[in-house]
Amino acid sequence: MPDAAHDPASQEQQARMQRLAAVRPRLVSFARLQLRDNALAEDAVQEALAAAIEKDASFSGRSGYETWVFGILKYKILDTLREQKRRGHWQPWEDELDEDAIDRQFQQNGRWQPSARPSDWGDPEATLHNDHFWRVFDSCMIALPEAIARVFTLRELMGLSTDEICQIAEIKENNCWVILHRARLRLRECVEKGWLAEDKS
Amino acid sequence: MMMCKRATELMSQRLDRPLRWQERLSLRFHLTLCSACQQCDRQFQLLHRIHERFDAPHDSTREGDRRD
Ligand SMILES: [Zn+2]
Repeated sequence: MPDAAHDPASQEQQARMQRLAAVRPRLVSFARLQLRDNALAEDAVQEALAAAIEKDASFSGRSGYETWVFGILKYKILDTLREQKRRGHWQPWEDELDEDAIDRQFQQNGRWQPSARPSDWGDPEATLHNDHFWRVFDSCMIALPEAIARVFTLRELMGLSTDEICQIAEIKENNCWVILHRARLRLRECVEKGWLAEDKS
Repeated sequence: MMMCKRATELMSQRLDRPLRWQERLSLRFHLTLCSACQQCDRQFQLLHRIHERFDAPHDSTREGDRRD
């Protein structure tokens, strides 16, 4: 009988199981950001972990292991979203596409309102490694209306093309660009208020 | 000349689709003259990188960049 502990293949497999446990919190926060529902996020992560264990033999080693696991999670999240959509659990767009949030950043003539002029966020690398930035970002994501947030995270978190997003959300591509523009403007305004204001005080 | 609101539309769409040359040209022209829009452009580009928060610290390779 082969000794499992000394079988290199099984040792590798065991190391991957440990990495799964280590990556789990990141999977959960990723799924939460996209699904905006803790229970749904936990479910998607559970399913992704189960699938990763089950399909362990099919991990080719060509991409990094965690990248591979995130790929499985993205697949599960899309399943969840399609299911939600099918059941009519998505809020209608009409409620969320108010122009006010955008228009208050601009004057009638299309120039920035003096109070809304974007300021310097500093070095991008430093910003992306700043915990405070992410706390502000998370609270701004929660403040973003659900339908807008969903399209934004499908694009910027899941990395879908606008074409793919249109198919899932059943909207026109032009609409998708409009929504992304609004999402970005609202997020930049919110992050700037929350982040720079506190940073400077 | 193109105004700031329209410029932000183009800098947003630039992250999602290739701009036509006329659009690229007018955006570039606006950006050379408008420091507020330059900052906005940097902010949009930063928001375009939020996925990096979840990049694996241990994976040496990443799947081919799906963007642009
Ligand atoms: Zn401008």
